[in-house]
Amino acid sequence: MKGNETPRWLTYSVPLQRLFVRIGVLPFLLVIALIVFSAMSARFFTSENLITVARQATYLAIVAMGQMLALLTGGFDLSVGKIVAITSVITALTMAPLAATHPDATAMTLTLGILAGIGAGTLVGVVNGVGIAVFNVSPFMMTLGTAAISFGIALTLTSGVPVYGLPDAFGTIFNFSRILDIPSPVYVTAGLFLVMHIFLNRTRMGRYLYAVGGNLKASRLSGIDTRFYLFLAYVLCGALAAVAGALLTARLETGEANIGAAMPLDSIAACVIGGVSLRGGVGSVGNVVLGAIFIGLIQNGMDLAQIQSYLQEVVIGVLLILAVIADQLRQFVMLRLKD
Amino acid sequence: MATETFAPTESVSVGLTLPTPILQAQAVSKQFPGVMALDEVDFELRAGEVHVLFGENGAGKSTLIQIFAGVHSPTKGSIRFRGEPIELQGVHHARMLGISAVFQEFSLVPTLTIEENLFLGAELTNRGFLDKSELHRRADGILKQLGFPLRPQQRVQDLSRAEQQMVEIAKAFRTDLSVLILDEPTASLTDREAQRLFAMIEQAKGRGVGIVYVTHRMSEIHHLGDRVTIVRDGKRVATLDVAEVDDERLLQLMTGRVISQVFPKIEFRPARTLLEVSGLTTTDHSVRGLSLAVRSGEVVGLAGLVGSGKSVAGRACFGLERVASGRVMFDGQEVTGRSPRQMLDSGAFYLPPDRREEGLVMMRSVRENVSLPWLAARPFTRFGFLDRGSEQSKVRDLADRLNLQPRNIEHDLERLSGGNQQKVLLAKGLVSTVKLFILDEPTVGVDVGTRVAIYAFIRDLCEGGAGVLLISSDLPEILHLTNRTYVMYRGDLRAELKGAEITQDRVLANFFERTRA
Repeated sequence: MKGNETPRWLTYSVPLQRLFVRIGVLPFLLVIALIVFSAMSARFFTSENLITVARQATYLAIVAMGQMLALLTGGFDLSVGKIVAITSVITALTMAPLAATHPDATAMTLTLGILAGIGAGTLVGVVNGVGIAVFNVSPFMMTLGTAAISFGIALTLTSGVPVYGLPDAFGTIFNFSRILDIPSPVYVTAGLFLVMHIFLNRTRMGRYLYAVGGNLKASRLSGIDTRFYLFLAYVLCGALAAVAGALLTARLETGEANIGAAMPLDSIAACVIGGVSLRGGVGSVGNVVLGAIFIGLIQNGMDLAQIQSYLQEVVIGVLLILAVIADQLRQFVMLRLKD
Repeated sequence: MATETFAPTESVSVGLTLPTPILQAQAVSKQFPGVMALDEVDFELRAGEVHVLFGENGAGKSTLIQIFAGVHSPTKGSIRFRGEPIELQGVHHARMLGISAVFQEFSLVPTLTIEENLFLGAELTNRGFLDKSELHRRADGILKQLGFPLRPQQRVQDLSRAEQQMVEIAKAFRTDLSVLILDEPTASLTDREAQRLFAMIEQAKGRGVGIVYVTHRMSEIHHLGDRVTIVRDGKRVATLDVAEVDDERLLQLMTGRVISQVFPKIEFRPARTLLEVSGLTTTDHSVRGLSLAVRSGEVVGLAGLVGSGKSVAGRACFGLERVASGRVMFDGQEVTGRSPRQMLDSGAFYLPPDRREEGLVMMRSVRENVSLPWLAARPFTRFGFLDRGSEQSKVRDLADRLNLQPRNIEHDLERLSGGNQQKVLLAKGLVSTVKLFILDEPTVGVDVGTRVAIYAFIRDLCEGGAGVLLISSDLPEILHLTNRTYVMYRGDLRAELKGAEITQDRVLANFFERTRA
């Protein structure tokens, strides 16, 4: 490392660097993706296709919002996929017998089924929270462990076979129905986004989540119950993953133990691409949703371009790593611009 | 890679002429961003001598030995090794030349054994495979020669701190050692362990090894040292023969500073007792039987060296340390073992010594940091939601009052200078009505301008009727800002000095272990 003179291109590109530091890598990626896919397929940039993207991205967006909370505290949650699975299984196993015995009480069947499913998923989050906040288990081991437990339970309950016999109304309401041509799950996501946005930016609890992730000791000295907020992050993450699980069940119209396998990777990717720092303390929920939409766009665009789904995995993996490198680069540029 | 042998031979000829110094620093300067850590320092080390490097925290001792050990390279000036100018490429390079340092932070792998650690990076091989039996034999040889009661196959993580230090020292003897640098080696040793260390140093001296010994302990200078170099504010003050210097002169050289207009005049008006600590002992015994009191309208000093327990005492008052016995009264109520939240709510504020580590959330904004301890109360929370507007106006007021640069309260703290970060930390205590400020090293690592601003603030707080407990290793701060001062030494309260009694000599007399009582 010799010489202190700055290469010329670095000084010329300062405005671009500042923009990069401020908004992160995602807007650049979104613009590139839109241009590339529009050029590749005429069907891509149509309102019908974009609604399809929104519908596809909605489940990931919900899970990613939860994952963001875990990342904000400096941890992560690898069990989100299995939370989706166990929610699906419990929802279906509650609804199917009720629908058979009380065919007229659909409202009750739906309510109980959804509550049971989301309750089961949230419970996994509670277990994660207790392990991480109270027993100081590393988030990696804790959520890997609960993922195995949840998956095992889901498989045992269903013997690995999809659960049929859900009331038709479930799929009708939570999947097929449209208001103003937009599918109902998108409204659920939008609603959750609003709540999360207000929670993170306008409430004390939200502020504390950022602070605890940014500096645990400083938060403690500022009188914050740091354990509670670590716990809270994983509980809310579990709850959000469970909501996504219930919506996915409505879409599939069956309870399945094998869904959600890609969720841990995709949700972390959505967050990181959306500028959430893996070191904790930094991230905006709006960008996380954009990150999820971006991944949805990529998958949809590749579908249209007839790139097979196995290869799509490769692309997502590459993008995730590039996003992390971009984050490192951003830190570097930030320090550079400071001088 | 050449296999190295352990040969305690000495290659410097000690004739009748003055021997060439084995290690020399000539007008060495080191510039860190914003700090001149070393300013044209000269230093020389002869074979077979113990040369003590003496100075206050932050005087530049560490930087100098880090340059010798190859951790940093000097900005200006040159290093000579056995008379030849050298440019050290790194710690490994220095080690290969026979210059080894034992820092306070050990560079051992806890999960490996002693012998694996000793030869880490220089493993002995036989036809491409590790030669474990040879490695074991040599490690055993080194340990025996040094007289360390260690078995080569013990795991480092199972050793005490003193034993780990022995491993570090043994590592230095792996190669043909010429220069051994010891950075406050007795800091965490018991007296018996320290005696063993001194014996080892004598032995190394006898073999012609030159030893740079960094310390701030008086007794060790006379016990071990041949010569002593005093550094202050990055400059060399003097180099003297230990035999012809006494404690008073050493202390004067170490601390003697120009007292300028830096310190404000404070009108003390001591009134009711705010904080009363009686017989406080922490569970880790780093504070034993401490009793002290702070009244409103006064600045009380808590002085002592790093590790004297003064910091732990402050933390214990704020509910951050486990208390074994004794009690803490605040504002007429017993608060022993209360949480930081409860202490904040009852009107006490603690400022930690390390702002990056414990004080601030560096990636968040000035606004969020300042309001963080007080979000639950009005005006920040209204109907359960944060009131961004009143938060902004409150923090902006404080930024004006403290003359924060730049004034933008939405900047994240990474973008602020150290002095301005410290102001933000201080601002956290000015949001609400605070009766007692516990300030632990409030001016550490800040420029003079900020220092003056912080002192003026301490004056304002005190004259406004608050009580201030000023915990500091900075002697001038204690001398010029406090009306009463407690001095701690190794966990015990040594003295309480009042008003005119707070003199440099009297405080320092209790700072150090004395050779003559």
